[in-house]
Amino acid sequence: MQTSKFNDYSFPDNSGHFENYGGCFVPETLIPALEELEETYKKADKDPEFHKEFNYYLNNFVGRPTPLYFAERLTKYLNGPKIYLKREDLCHTGAHKINNALGQALLAKRMGKTRIIAETGAGQHGVATATVAARFGFKCVVYMGEVDIHRQATNVFRMNLLGTEVRPVTAGQKTLKEAVSEAIRDWIASSGSSHYILGSALGPHPFPLIVRNFQKTIGEEAKKQILEQEKVLPDALIACVGGGSNSIGLFHPFIKDTGVRMIGVEAGGNGEKLGEHAARFSGGRLGILQGTKTYILQDENGQISNTHSISAGLDYAAVGPEHSLLYDLKRVEYTSADDNEALEAFQILNKIEGILPALESSHAVAWLLKNHKQFTKDQTVVINLSGRGDKDISQALERINLEV
Amino acid sequence: MGKSNIKRFFTNREKPAFIAYITAGDPTYEKSIEIVDALVKGGIDMLELGIPFSDPLADGEVNQRSAQRALNSGMTPERCIKLVNDIKAKHKDLPVIFYTYLNLAAYAQDFKKFCAAVNGAGLDGLLLLDLIPEESREYREEAEKNGLGLVALVAPNTKEQRIKKITDYASCFVYYVSREGVTGKRKGFAENVEKKINIIRKYTDLPVVVGFGISSPEHVKAAAESGVDGIVVGSAIVSKIQKIADNTGTVESLKKFVSSLTEPL
Repeated sequence: MQTSKFNDYSFPDNSGHFENYGGCFVPETLIPALEELEETYKKADKDPEFHKEFNYYLNNFVGRPTPLYFAERLTKYLNGPKIYLKREDLCHTGAHKINNALGQALLAKRMGKTRIIAETGAGQHGVATATVAARFGFKCVVYMGEVDIHRQATNVFRMNLLGTEVRPVTAGQKTLKEAVSEAIRDWIASSGSSHYILGSALGPHPFPLIVRNFQKTIGEEAKKQILEQEKVLPDALIACVGGGSNSIGLFHPFIKDTGVRMIGVEAGGNGEKLGEHAARFSGGRLGILQGTKTYILQDENGQISNTHSISAGLDYAAVGPEHSLLYDLKRVEYTSADDNEALEAFQILNKIEGILPALESSHAVAWLLKNHKQFTKDQTVVINLSGRGDKDISQALERINLEV
Repeated sequence: MGKSNIKRFFTNREKPAFIAYITAGDPTYEKSIEIVDALVKGGIDMLELGIPFSDPLADGEVNQRSAQRALNSGMTPERCIKLVNDIKAKHKDLPVIFYTYLNLAAYAQDFKKFCAAVNGAGLDGLLLLDLIPEESREYREEAEKNGLGLVALVAPNTKEQRIKKITDYASCFVYYVSREGVTGKRKGFAENVEKKINIIRKYTDLPVVVGFGISSPEHVKAAAESGVDGIVVGSAIVSKIQKIADNTGTVESLKKFVSSLTEPL
């Protein structure tokens, strides 16, 4: 039985390792800030008052629990399996990102910080961070690649409305990876007064642990909800994987339930050539980027490769370290959907279910559209609809020719 | 070569060593050789050679651009090792260490091969910028096997109880980063350096050098007065190389600038 192997699953260890992955690879200057964060988090995690406060805002500010919605028409359209959508798109600010931003803002408050730094790709994490910064009265600076600023102009305006300064990053590929480096550079110089709200289950320890734990509310709710509605655990969970926070949030509470398949969908982009996609488990290998040891898209000289995806939120060269472990353990099946498949899923979910998904989440839907025959009609799958697609409208407009 | 060479180098020095940082291959491989010649003529005592990385998160704008120029000129970790070889052939007594992010040293090929290759080229030490003591064991062991010393970083905000952990891992020298923040020029020389250096010396007999933000003869003088064994100047030199790259400066003017920095020592 495979069950026993995962019954003891308890990662990361005390130093932030997911076996060979994760850890803490940063310049020494960042250590005091990371130690302070770890200490604060550990204390908060043991403090019922912290959880009470976190849950209060999750329920009343974010709008949790989010529905687990039976997608009846899509189920019929595919002739099964039974499809449930975890509606993170209905969260305040439009994506799961707010769960983590909120949790970390509460930690920043406990640490007495006055300023928040964040990076953003699609803009969802930036908007979520700007929102909690406004709510709790922090000064806020968000770093965003120039390319993403153009792709996600409305999110830039939203952040400005929330009182956040968006600083364009012009280095390298001018997307998420460079924004992360710039945010870290800011933090190296300002960690006394600033907290860096990293937006995905990435980066140096303790971020992968903290972000996962703030996001695992997704999976905990989904588990409860599916048992209420179907009386049994689902046959599969499907989520898109950029850095990997929405997916680890959904997957983590199910790791020990080995009867539940887990499918992580990376961005297949334009093709299989290095630079044309962001599928770390197809073209990547072991390396260290931005504080963590994990699967990374890089060339033969160790230079980090450019990536491409139609969705800014999946357009990143490294994957969260816990995913690398789950890949090695074969607990999660990692696969990819390309730009066109995601765009098609984006349209189908609009047309059939009346739901506008983010292009990121569309990758998860796309996988099922292609692979639904792997399931029988009576089986049940849960797709994490990690965000809504309002931000993607103008980009979709450029790519989709509607015959109305 | 290697660790023992560094030890010999620092022993019985009467004045602090001047350590110059440049990115290998900025603006080109050939120009780097010419630049090192000028640095030596300008009076430097040791060379810290950066291997250009696509994502240098601890570096300020000047060094980021420098890395980009070097990458554009086709620099790879392998060619950086060859450059060490070429530099050592011309300046056999000049200690040379690598300044690099761990991904390039350990995950381009593998760390074992990397250490063997740099040892073969005559490199004297390694500064692995994103390696902290807690993660260092496997890397340290491999470096030691090849006679390579590791440079350890202490930051201004490093707590005293951590300094011992850091100095225990160092086997080459200790680099005191006098400024919070990334590499780059600053207005004045940092405060409290002397105090911090004395705290570090409580825990180690290794040489202690200071760097980050040192960009003028006045800074060099102030740094020397803090009782350090070496002074690192990086971005200020790289700024001059930027001028060489865009044809607004010459190698000769770089040499003059470096002479002005080494003069106070």
